[in-house]
Amino acid sequence: MPLLEVEGLKAYYGQTQALHGVSFALEPGGITTLLGANGAGKTTTLRSICGMVATDGAIRFDGKPIAGRATEEIVRLGVGHVPEGRGTFTNLTVDENLRVAAYTRRNKTAVQRDLDMVFEYFPILKARVGQQAGTLSGGEQQMLAISRALMLGPRLMLLDEPSFGLAPLIVQEIFRIMRRINAEAKVSMLLVEQNAALALELADYAYVLETGRVVMSGKSSVVKSDEAIRKSYLGY
Amino acid sequence: MEQLIQQIAAGLANGAIYACLALALVMIFVSTDHINFAQGELAMFSAFLCWQLLELNVPFLLALPAVVLFSFMLGVGIERVVLRPLHNAPVLSIVVVFIGLLTIFNSLAGSFWGHTIKAFPSPFPRIAFPGSGYFGPHQVGMILVTVAMLLALFAFFRFTPLGLAMRAAAQNPASARLAGVRVDWMLALGWGLAAAVGAVAGTLVAPMVYLEPNMMAGILLYGFAGALVGGITSPGGAVVGGFLVGVLENLVAYFGNVLERSTGLYIVGNGEKLTVALVIVIVVLTLKPSGLFGSVIVKRV
Repeated sequence: MPLLEVEGLKAYYGQTQALHGVSFALEPGGITTLLGANGAGKTTTLRSICGMVATDGAIRFDGKPIAGRATEEIVRLGVGHVPEGRGTFTNLTVDENLRVAAYTRRNKTAVQRDLDMVFEYFPILKARVGQQAGTLSGGEQQMLAISRALMLGPRLMLLDEPSFGLAPLIVQEIFRIMRRINAEAKVSMLLVEQNAALALELADYAYVLETGRVVMSGKSSVVKSDEAIRKSYLGY
Repeated sequence: MEQLIQQIAAGLANGAIYACLALALVMIFVSTDHINFAQGELAMFSAFLCWQLLELNVPFLLALPAVVLFSFMLGVGIERVVLRPLHNAPVLSIVVVFIGLLTIFNSLAGSFWGHTIKAFPSPFPRIAFPGSGYFGPHQVGMILVTVAMLLALFAFFRFTPLGLAMRAAAQNPASARLAGVRVDWMLALGWGLAAAVGAVAGTLVAPMVYLEPNMMAGILLYGFAGALVGGITSPGGAVVGGFLVGVLENLVAYFGNVLERSTGLYIVGNGEKLTVALVIVIVVLTLKPSGLFGSVIVKRV
């Protein structure tokens, strides 16, 4: 059974329809990427899954329908969302940022284990643990955002442009750790990226969106090597 | 000298009340970013409820928790019913709603209990203790209760997961939702806590000023001044600010009187106490908008 199934998803911002029947499925364990140009509906798709926009159509997480439910309830099922803009609690310390995300979890030993895991992935956060999160650099805040999602103990992580606005070296490091998280912590990932080359490097399956519809999909290796797709949809 | 100490003592006692009210204002401000102008009237309403229970011969130690609990639920109810539909409304609409609430509770109290002033018995025992020449038992009780309440709230926000969730929800609601926090309930909880703190303030102040629907009007201004002096984002600062304002208003009046007696020149006196509070508000907003202990938000761009 797919971990996440999206069928005929339509999304609306007020009167404007942003998605026109998007369908895709995500097998457990893998990394899937949504590609497409600006305005294709990548971010909207992620936001729809988390109940942050008005939608039509079916969304099932682990077989359970989640469309129309409140964001916080969907998150509690095990969906970690690393939002566009990183969503840092700027006035809270790094430690508090991480603990907020674990607020709904009752198993304190598991929380402590995840905290240790996060610090192992991102040692810089451990060094900054008492610091106000607003004073972190962009890359550190992105690491914090991924860590916050991890502290939920998720089975699926939605990542919205984790490379945005970061230096290439930092991006490489973050992507390397995302691969480790996927493999070691067994967290499936749905990655939205404008940088298609980067995303195809990491993901094993890709969907290409154009103006709110899925126009093609396939294994990353196939998409990567198909020159026609690359030129017409991915722009490189 | 004796008189000066007495004035400071009285200032501290008044300050305790301002501190309570400032604390309630801060409570709502940190969770919703709004200044609740109806805070004073809610406290007055709670005080009337407590008075009513006392009139029905309910012992004070039962009446106070009951009123605090009821006020908590009233606060939660107001947020859920009145303010919930306005979550995305502009600030001005919300200010108008606060002023509406102010008049509603003022009129309700007037129509239920009338506008004649009523004596409210002090809950604290009339006993003599060292220093009772300067402080009455009620004053000491007020100060102790205020400090205890502050410590309890501080511990709640600083050390409990729920307190942390409330701070997170106040600061970045979208992110808090993504962390699984039920943001709407956190706001309601903030209102409930503020109303509960206000209820304590109301019942403490009632024995000093007599109970009547307009008793909180001036006191809210002092509380507001206290919250601003301490920093509207800092509960601890609000309490310090409240005490500071209480002492300051008395000292200004005292030295004004001294000046008048020695030179015959009248500049300030007891009549200008409220003006002092307003001057404090203006000076703080001009010179140090974040207050003495308020956090200046650090943002890296």
